Amino acid sequence: MAHQIYQAIVDGILVGGVYALMAVGLTLIFGVLDIINIAQGVLVVLGAYLSYELSTRLHMDLFLGLLITVPAMFVIGVVIQWAFIRRLRGRERTSMTLLVTYAVALIIEGILYEIYGPNVKQLNASYVQSSVHIFGFYLPYIYLYGFALAVAVIVAIYALLYRTRFGRSVRATMQDETAARLIGVDVNRVAAITFGVGVAVTAAGGMMFGATNSFNPNSGYDLISRLLAIIILGGLGSIGGALAASVFMLTVESLVTIWSPEWAIVVFYAALVVVLVIRPTGFFGRQPVRAQ
Amino acid sequence: MTALLRTEGVGKAYGGVHALDSCTVEVEEGSVAGLIGPNGSGKTTLFNVITGYAKADAGHIYLGDRKITNAAPDRVFGFGIGRTFQLTRIFASLTVLENMLVASPNGRAAARRRAMEQLEFVGIAGHHAEPAGTLSYGQRKLLELAYVLVADPAIVLLDEPAGGVNLSLVNTIADRIRELNAAGKTFLIVEHNMEFVMGLCDRVTVLDSGTVVAAGPPAIIRTDRRVLNAYLGEDLPDNDPHPGEQS
Amino acid sequence: MSAQRAVSGAALIVLVAAAVAFPVIFSSPVVTNYAVYALIFVAVVSAWNVFSGFSGYISLGHAVFFGSGAYAVGIAAKDWHITGTGVFALLPLAAAVGAVIAVPFGLIALRVRRHTFIVITIAIFFIFQLMAYNLNSFTGGTIGMSAPFLPWSPTTFNDRFYYITLACAAGAVVMAVLIRRSRFGLQLRAIRDDEDRARGLGVRTMRVKMTALVLSAAVAGLVGGVWFLYLTQVLPNTGFDPLFDLALVLMAFLGGLGTISGPIIGALIIEPGQLYLTIKYTNGYASEILLGALFLLIVLFMPRGLVPTFGEWVRRARTRGRPVVPPPASQRAAPPSGLRSEEPATSDEGRRGLKAARRRAGRAT
Repeated sequence: MAHQIYQAIVDGILVGGVYALMAVGLTLIFGVLDIINIAQGVLVVLGAYLSYELSTRLHMDLFLGLLITVPAMFVIGVVIQWAFIRRLRGRERTSMTLLVTYAVALIIEGILYEIYGPNVKQLNASYVQSSVHIFGFYLPYIYLYGFALAVAVIVAIYALLYRTRFGRSVRATMQDETAARLIGVDVNRVAAITFGVGVAVTAAGGMMFGATNSFNPNSGYDLISRLLAIIILGGLGSIGGALAASVFMLTVESLVTIWSPEWAIVVFYAALVVVLVIRPTGFFGRQPVRAQ
Repeated sequence: MTALLRTEGVGKAYGGVHALDSCTVEVEEGSVAGLIGPNGSGKTTLFNVITGYAKADAGHIYLGDRKITNAAPDRVFGFGIGRTFQLTRIFASLTVLENMLVASPNGRAAARRRAMEQLEFVGIAGHHAEPAGTLSYGQRKLLELAYVLVADPAIVLLDEPAGGVNLSLVNTIADRIRELNAAGKTFLIVEHNMEFVMGLCDRVTVLDSGTVVAAGPPAIIRTDRRVLNAYLGEDLPDNDPHPGEQS
Repeated sequence: MSAQRAVSGAALIVLVAAAVAFPVIFSSPVVTNYAVYALIFVAVVSAWNVFSGFSGYISLGHAVFFGSGAYAVGIAAKDWHITGTGVFALLPLAAAVGAVIAVPFGLIALRVRRHTFIVITIAIFFIFQLMAYNLNSFTGGTIGMSAPFLPWSPTTFNDRFYYITLACAAGAVVMAVLIRRSRFGLQLRAIRDDEDRARGLGVRTMRVKMTALVLSAAVAGLVGGVWFLYLTQVLPNTGFDPLFDLALVLMAFLGGLGTISGPIIGALIIEPGQLYLTIKYTNGYASEILLGALFLLIVLFMPRGLVPTFGEWVRRARTRGRPVVPPPASQRAAPPSGLRSEEPATSDEGRRGLKAARRRAGRAT
């Protein structure tokens, strides 16, 4: 029994890494642009399908395929932001962008369904099936690589935000859009690129998700609920928070699954509701402005 | 005469910035009090703390004998404190008359009558059926004044009532305030327009960096060295992007 | 003025007469089926609008009330062994269930800001869907619940349900109209425009929002019960359908959020369309794609919806040359004299509003 629990914890941490990869993009987009991108779930699935195409048609290694899917998703993200989100302004902007991204999610899901149908797929590679066996625990290679990837991506984003000029513009926009504009920051460009980066990261997340789960176009719903719970728990806009919350939530779910698999997902929803009520900014989030 | 509104040693910090520090301001009943100070001196923050839009970190607020520190905005309103905002906040999709009715406590017909009276008092009764969003800036200022008055508060806090409007309207607003004051209403007015303040107020308090540096009749304040120092000469127009932020 | 009222009064009478005569004229059950669905959505969207449209809190969780009402009727009919037309007596129960669920729903969800509210409603929705799947003994799990048999011929069945749903729709619309005209409705709309300011003027915002939510939920629950009896079946993913609320939002936005007639028109346009697509492409996701695409188009090109935009064209035609009315809710004030700086209104509507405001300032105060 104890061994089961420990294995569940280990599983939770490893899977948490995968989810962190998916959540980081979402929290970045919210932190900078005040946009809750509901389409993130389906974009992860899209990333998985892209990796699937590359691996089955061109026989590319999954990680190598990222060199193509990441820029592709970046472009998709920029297009979405530019075409639909840029125009939304005004007081109800955050609510409106939520609805707009929901609509985009529906469209992408529908198109994927038309192309691929309801049958599930999974990404395959030599390292997907095998694990390393340490101290009686099974650590699948894919998860280890994935965790490393997640850390690498997070480090890269931190470097982008804190070590580059562009990153400075992003942080300025995050704090005060008007002030940033006044000092010459091209806010529109920052918005488009940040959204693009947020979506590009989901390419990596999508590949990892596809390698560790079977997926079909419907998988997006479940995913986005979990991702929302994670980023809200970790604090909207906090990247470190996304990592911490991912690991935490997935570990809890993993433990709850030992007793009751069907109710395990409730952990996410319940956590989401509880946190939002008690501490709406999550554990690491920014302080809200008082007026609506 | 007793002080109707009194803030005692109020402090408020935003992060490391002390917007208010040991701020003690008194407003006597039946007077028109002015609150002036350079940009960033904490005037709007003080209003926010008094009316419950911001929490005081230290000190207390008294309305008469009652302690109202950190009461929520709707309770503060119920106690009889009305307030306008630096950037006019009106209900844009409601008609002018409907804006008035949001604040009124009475029943149907009585409320409408009283609302129309107030609208006529400020001079925009002709627009009562139009969406408030279509009003010009000056008209919105008048509307805000009107609906704050409709609930007959004991004291009215005006945040830059003369800001950004033309001269004749400024005089109109000043006249209305005088009329209401003559009928017994107390006012506390934040303003940058010196002529407006000096011509209207019985007593002026000067804030600088969150504390009171001087208080007294306008004539004295005008020549007080500390006040002149605080302002450093020229008085620049305001540029705050959000209501509720410190001014 | 009174000529206008006479005209709209007459139009209303014609509309009511047409609605009542509809199944007699179009007696095919296929046609009345479309009408029943359309009316169901007219009722639900009007109820949804009373809460979300007036207060500005967009709920993506109304399926919770709808589905709960449906399941309530199913579970009660099964447990209390009710058959035949007696099931209709269970409808008030469905409404009550919706109302009761709305209380904790609102207490939890209404404490947060608007965009967070939307997320919470989504979370609560998924919790309920999950419960429907997992609480097997109670809800029937993946098999769902079936309604008791009603001894009516197909045509009679559809016709009777037509009138039942017509009554529901009429009731919901009347409720919406009454609320909008009341002081309560005024407070709701003030909350939508500036909630903090409304609080500062003495509006008991939590109480007002909760009341609107409970009323809205009761109607949604009731209609959910009716829908269940019509369809004779409820499953976890039909009673709690993720697309349900998005369809409501789309209908309301298409017609004009916050207006009364807007969502009705939106429902009458979209629901038959969606139904048609679902029947024609049973395995496809065409309706989903179209729903999403339609929503995007509306948000981009006609954000205020059909009714306000159309009303504006009419107004512009009638008062040629006078300045355009700037859009009410979502733009900040643009000071005409330019002394105060504010966040510049950069959207088209904002720019128009700015121009109009400047033009007005050029004239008297």
